[in-house]
Amino acid sequence: MSGARMSGRDAIVALHAARGARDVVITTMAPARDWMTLPQQPLDLVFVPSAMGHATSIGLGIALAQPERRAIVCNGDGSMLMNLGSLASITGAGASNLVLLVFENGVYEVTGGQRTAGTHVDFAGLARAAGFASVFELSKLEDWTARIGDVLAARGPVFAVLKVEPAAGVPGPKSPGPARERARRLMDALRG
Amino acid sequence: MSSLFSGEQIAGVLDELGITHVVTVPDSTIGQWQSAIEDRGRARLVRVCREGESWEVAAGLYLAGARPIVMIQCTGLFESGDAIRNVLHDWKLPIFAIIGYRSYLNQETLPGDTCLVFTEPILDAWRIDYRLLTEPTQLAAIAEHHRACASEGKPGAIVVAEGKA
Repeated sequence: MSGARMSGRDAIVALHAARGARDVVITTMAPARDWMTLPQQPLDLVFVPSAMGHATSIGLGIALAQPERRAIVCNGDGSMLMNLGSLASITGAGASNLVLLVFENGVYEVTGGQRTAGTHVDFAGLARAAGFASVFELSKLEDWTARIGDVLAARGPVFAVLKVEPAAGVPGPKSPGPARERARRLMDALRG
Repeated sequence: MSSLFSGEQIAGVLDELGITHVVTVPDSTIGQWQSAIEDRGRARLVRVCREGESWEVAAGLYLAGARPIVMIQCTGLFESGDAIRNVLHDWKLPIFAIIGYRSYLNQETLPGDTCLVFTEPILDAWRIDYRLLTEPTQLAAIAEHHRACASEGKPGAIVVAEGKA
């Protein structure tokens, strides 16, 4: 990986500061681990435990049920590879309020940093081909922090690849609590 | 290949239940219901690329206040294992599904189809309370079972026999 990449944690901290009060933020894998270290809001869904790769799908469901609300999905590149079809499902469903951020580090970080099968994949190109209305690719923290408002406000569905450094030796995310109770809290926040 | 139920019948049941979204991958039987569901205009079809996605999309819809169902073939049920574990058992969301049971009524197209071996044991393994419908007279069982599962806040499924010549 190139040294010019931002750290995933710094990218998450910037997103945490920029998210709107009504935004749902869904995090999974390494982004979830970093998100949990920051103050939580009722509209956060730390998708742990998860079905691997399906954060995009749960985000699509939320986005379709509440089109007036922005749904931000923070995915890993390994997870994205596991559910590439969801790119077409998102654009096919016309989920213009969905923002999909792929934290690309080239490895399965939470299992110890093994290379993914897709280090050669052009995720931004895939997103364009799938029909995302706005596509971004950012590797420097200063660019991400400068443009994060533009990314979140762009015509959707929005796809952004954030090229990040793997965090070597950092444990994966632990569930922040019983999933059933967290589902109930999120439902209350979404339906309230 | 005809179906036990027409698209109009299924669309009527979905209306009766207040279903807002049908998250689906078609097969040659349940796929024939799509146009009737869309024409009716009450429930929205959400087309996904693989059946595992359907459970998680339905989960998101449910969390945000919609009333979705999953509509897939039993082969897609086999593909859906990790998503079912996650949605129904980790998050304990009461997602309901209509599942086409390939070759149940007729194995002429696929002699020895192993869907007959695995479909019901897989549903049992995932602890999904299901009703198997094999006759056109059983249409009402769809709404009855959906209501029973909803009242208990648990997931469930209707398995519709397919393969009627």
